[in-house]
Amino acid sequence: MATDTDIAPAPTETDHHDHPAHLQHHFVSSEQQFDSAKLGMWLFLITEILLFSAMFVAYAVYRQWHPETFVAASETLNVTMGTINTIVLLTSSLTVALSIHYIQKDEVKKCIYNLGATLVLAGGFMVIKYFEYTSKFEHGAYPGGMFDPHGGHYAQLADVPFASQFFSIYFVMTGIHGLHVIIGMAVIGWVAVRAWMGSFSSEYYTPVELTGLYWHLVDIVWIFLFPMLYLI
Amino acid sequence: MSTDTQNTAVAQPDEHEEGENYLNHETSVWSWLSTKDHKRIGVLYCVTLALVFLAAGVLALVMRAELSGPGETMMANDTYNQVFSMHGIMMVFLFLVPSIPAILGNFVLPMQIGAKDVAFPRLNLASWYVYLAGATLTIMALLWGGVDTGWTFYTPYSKTTGGGVLWMTSAIFVAGFANIFTGLNFIVTIHKMRAPGMTWNRLPLFVWGMYATSIVQVLATPVIGITMVLLILEQVLQIGIFDPSLGGDPVLFQHFFWFYSHPAVYIMILPAFGIMSELIATFSRSRIFGYRAIALSSVAIAMLGFLVWGHHMFVSGQSVVSSIVFSLITYLIGIPSGIKVFNWVATLYKGSIWLQTPMIYALSFLFLFSIGGFTGIMVGVLSVDVHLHDTYYIVSHFHYVMMGGTVVALLGGMHYWWPKITGRMYNETLGKIAAFLVFVGFNLTFFPQLVLGAKGMPRRYATYADRFTDLHQLSTAGSGVLGVGLFLVLGYALWSLKYGEKAPANPWGAATLEWTNVAALPDPHNFKRTPLITRGPYDFHLADEVFGGGDGEADGDQGLRVPDAAPAAPLEPSRDA
Repeated sequence: MATDTDIAPAPTETDHHDHPAHLQHHFVSSEQQFDSAKLGMWLFLITEILLFSAMFVAYAVYRQWHPETFVAASETLNVTMGTINTIVLLTSSLTVALSIHYIQKDEVKKCIYNLGATLVLAGGFMVIKYFEYTSKFEHGAYPGGMFDPHGGHYAQLADVPFASQFFSIYFVMTGIHGLHVIIGMAVIGWVAVRAWMGSFSSEYYTPVELTGLYWHLVDIVWIFLFPMLYLI
Repeated sequence: MSTDTQNTAVAQPDEHEEGENYLNHETSVWSWLSTKDHKRIGVLYCVTLALVFLAAGVLALVMRAELSGPGETMMANDTYNQVFSMHGIMMVFLFLVPSIPAILGNFVLPMQIGAKDVAFPRLNLASWYVYLAGATLTIMALLWGGVDTGWTFYTPYSKTTGGGVLWMTSAIFVAGFANIFTGLNFIVTIHKMRAPGMTWNRLPLFVWGMYATSIVQVLATPVIGITMVLLILEQVLQIGIFDPSLGGDPVLFQHFFWFYSHPAVYIMILPAFGIMSELIATFSRSRIFGYRAIALSSVAIAMLGFLVWGHHMFVSGQSVVSSIVFSLITYLIGIPSGIKVFNWVATLYKGSIWLQTPMIYALSFLFLFSIGGFTGIMVGVLSVDVHLHDTYYIVSHFHYVMMGGTVVALLGGMHYWWPKITGRMYNETLGKIAAFLVFVGFNLTFFPQLVLGAKGMPRRYATYADRFTDLHQLSTAGSGVLGVGLFLVLGYALWSLKYGEKAPANPWGAATLEWTNVAALPDPHNFKRTPLITRGPYDFHLADEVFGGGDGEADGDQGLRVPDAAPAAPLEPSRDA
């Protein structure tokens, strides 16, 4: 083949110019690497939306089938705590966006502070969620088969047909969402440590940006969960 | 076989002495287990999937053996239920869905677009490990008492039967991530990693096929993932989403299941279409007819494929209106599929057809897939489907598509790219014999099943009425022929690894980059210099003009004209600086 004639003298591309430390060998430029990572993240977020979509469909179907059940069961949820959590999560989206903003301006310290703030807010969300969950468990509002409501305003649910189904959907949806929050916290913590070690600058901040994208998705899912489960 | 030695362009008697290639630059076991090279990951997948195909294929032969006579011939009915369930689950989720993308997509796609690797090599390796985790869970399901639900896991039965279902649904959830990783990787690779000059209209059609496949993988797989999670929770916590006794809806499970599993059919067949375009163009030595129509019809099938899942549920009690709509959209799928078949036939017309083994598989595909497609339109007809639902007609229909389509295309593709993967030629005579046996055996197995189904033989039964005996025995005999053909392939493939003739860099005179610009055994980085693409993937006539061929009638038997390599792209003046 013609290729073979010019193989020996031709310089190979792996050694011809200085790579920035973060540039992997199979990319031509940082720009290409960054664009690829970002596109990959967006595709991943699409898969996340589809993962949640099936649960939203289940919610829609059973709300249509048993509207009174959903209204009655929904009233037992604590709207105050839900509202606080919504505010907490929205604020964490702001702080994670600020961390991207600051790393773009090479202000590493501010970036780390904002990542830390995001981490604290995410932790706060989980703590509030913990109190919500335990107050339900105390009154026997478990998902599915163990559903046995008693005490407080939960007692009336014993007479509502299929009330357990609402709590199944509530716990599955918020549970899987909560799992995403915990994974997000781990990732944010890791990014913060790497930022502290000086891995990022305005030249290279892909992980910060991707983490931000992921965190916004976690936020958006909650923005849909909150009104659907607590308000309507 | 001798034709290959006659390649006039093989002016490189010692190409293997050039030294480094992707197989020999590192040889330790760890170098394989930790490799980020897309070619090696393709080979890892190839070995793994071959084992799964062997296991699931043997199960199929066992099933046919049981059906060699009415009544109980060699196993209890419960065992038969487990055997057909495991055959279906392993073939669909663990073999067909990952098969072509994970093996040939991984190996070929980056080379075809002139890239050094896929966009995310680590994710690519992770995909293989995740797949292995899924396969391990499958083995756990077997140890835990097996699965007898069929591959569809319909509720409420799947909620009440055996502990194996939990393991199996976890396996499908986990293995799904392997597919998502691969699909995501390919989309980004095709968008961002193309060599200079590789415009969208110059992409080889295999790449277009993989692109359409990857879209479906990314959009559909998460839904089966969450469905499996909900099914697991249904078993463990009785959440009452799918169980009617707790207020749930078993038909909702069917909707969720088919929302993935119908598009999954296109995950399986779209890569096969891609391989077909490569084979038909290369072995007719002619420019593919209707390049854009073939490329875009793949994307059209991917999109329409999301809108037809309800045609699996005509008898489930879904509303008549939705059944009618699903039926009509199902007919629409026939249009892009027909566009492809007609374009391939038009490419053959006045081409210089070279009947090597890959081409024989390609021609088999045209025949078998057409039957699979037509029978698919048949069962998309509402009134007909009510009669044919859950009969052997359905079994035969999807085997014509999945086995006659995907597996035959995979076999053709494996033969076609075998020289590039292994650096060795397989035995052409044995290859042709095996291709013939597969074609005859396949039709002998599955054509009688169309007749059986039309006569009312229900699927998934271990026994049957005496009047079905003749056709069942014919089908069992056919499965034997098919088995012999496939084992023959396995035999000469293994033989060729050690004793096969060394392959030249471009034994087929193909015009895509992995043949024209890559050494016989690829370099670890694929290309010594990134190529600059100046023509389309099937412009044999342009390549001939460069070489003074002119008439485009080059023929393997008369000395193959090999297309020119693409020139090297100018070295980047480091955009980062």
